[in-house]
Amino acid sequence: MKDFEQPVLRVSHLNKQYGKGCASCRDAGGMVLNKNFCPVCATVYACRDITFEVYAGEILGVVGESGSGKSTLMQCLYFDQKVSGGEAYISSYKSGRENIFTESSQQKRYIRNRMMGKVYQNPVLGLKMDFSSIGNIAEKLIAAGNRNVREMEARGKELLEHVNIPVYRIKEAPRNFSGGMQQRVQIAKALSNNPPLLLLDEVTTGLDLSVQASVLDLIKQIQRRLKISVLIVSHDLGVIRMLADRTIVILDGRIVEQGLTDQILEDPQHGYTQQLVQSLLV
Amino acid sequence: MKIEYNFAFFDEGSKREIRRATLKAIAIPGYQVPFASREMPIARGWGTGGLQLTLSLVGKEDVIKVIDQGSDESVNAVNIKKLITATTGINVTEAMEEATIIQSRHRIPEVPLREGQILVLQVPLPEPLRYYEPSEYETKKLHGEKEYSGVWLMLFEQIMSYGNMSTGADHPVMVHDRYVMAPSPIPRFDNPRLNCSKALILFGAGREKKVYAVPPHTGVISLAFEDFPFQTESFRNKSCRLCGAKGVYLDEIEDQATGKTIYQCNDTSFCMSRLNGKI
Repeated sequence: MKDFEQPVLRVSHLNKQYGKGCASCRDAGGMVLNKNFCPVCATVYACRDITFEVYAGEILGVVGESGSGKSTLMQCLYFDQKVSGGEAYISSYKSGRENIFTESSQQKRYIRNRMMGKVYQNPVLGLKMDFSSIGNIAEKLIAAGNRNVREMEARGKELLEHVNIPVYRIKEAPRNFSGGMQQRVQIAKALSNNPPLLLLDEVTTGLDLSVQASVLDLIKQIQRRLKISVLIVSHDLGVIRMLADRTIVILDGRIVEQGLTDQILEDPQHGYTQQLVQSLLV
Repeated sequence: MKIEYNFAFFDEGSKREIRRATLKAIAIPGYQVPFASREMPIARGWGTGGLQLTLSLVGKEDVIKVIDQGSDESVNAVNIKKLITATTGINVTEAMEEATIIQSRHRIPEVPLREGQILVLQVPLPEPLRYYEPSEYETKKLHGEKEYSGVWLMLFEQIMSYGNMSTGADHPVMVHDRYVMAPSPIPRFDNPRLNCSKALILFGAGREKKVYAVPPHTGVISLAFEDFPFQTESFRNKSCRLCGAKGVYLDEIEDQATGKTIYQCNDTSFCMSRLNGKI
């Protein structure tokens, strides 16, 4: 079974906590915790023992309520935050044999610039608002070692056209754009290096419905065409239902349920998932 | 009131601290070494960084030349010279051959530097990444990881907006294939002179409290893209109206009476010695 399909991303036992922890919360196995918070030492356990895999060409959905640790998980994977423990392997980096969390910050930057793309919920985090849109895309290409202006310009134009930004606006700063346009520039930026793995953090939250639909449509199209793997975080089950092949449900930093998206939405097993699905407005 | 200043204005401890920072700067070419910038009798941002370097280095045998954008006689240069001579009693010169220390604001003189000389440049903004990243905490990390996308992005943006790199002065350079450095606002014309210079070149930013250096015979390469090579200002078919020099950095002056544009050497002492037949 050794040479069975290798996952693009493999995460095992990822932990992230804010605070040192104390004897009562560490040893009791989370029994004393108030959700994910230790009332004794005020430590917050944002991600607890998270293990999952993402395969080639697959969209994996992550759902959970606010504060459940979804975004923290994404930040850890993109090295925006340091993990407290656990391992992650990317198949395209050193043949997936090296734990990316323990690499040097220079190597982490390398992985981030060449093997991942991320779209943040808040475009301010993912874009340089005062630089031109095409410059924003070039930034990622430059970081990956490209030093040819015409090449980068062509690639930027191609991508921005692809995400429906009119050609005459590509030299404009994203500051002047609407929220939906900013989000599309972010997607173009994240895709610029053809990364094998795309991380999407609440990409459609705060966008109006028609824009939401076009952004989702775009993601689906791109993913089909380029066959990239996507990890998408959302608290909107509609988004998850439309995009994700498989879904994991996170509650208080733990995975409480995982499986095929249809299965989870139609036949939820865990109490929280049942509640979540029941709350869905149809 | 007559005040007896210590030799070269500063007390010995201060000079030693500045020299220590300078030695570190020379040991790590292009790296910005923080130092305790002193209060000076001139305002910060008026050459205090360069002046502190000069005063920490100067000895009784030194001969000093101070220029301000090519001119030995501008107010700034004259005042700095006055302060140095009043507190050290050393000789001042305008001739490059005689000078051992040359303090300059935004020019590298036309006469090539020779071995044993020290060129001190005044720096307003030492951080080449500042435009891209406002936080010092972050830029420190970027330098540490040799992550210079921000500088390249800045140049890329200029090409997008103006069709070519539009740095008038202070075009960023890569020193010894490690640190990207702001060469101080010298014109691009002077950038190649930093490369493999025979003299030691020191940079002092008094307001920003940084010292950095390019030691002699160190590789300094101006950043450029594959399809947009680095270019210096071109003065093709133009020459100095006074001494007729070609291939030097020229000032562009408009004659208000005739409305004509005339060109003249920016480096005044160079022009003067050509007129006097010395070069």
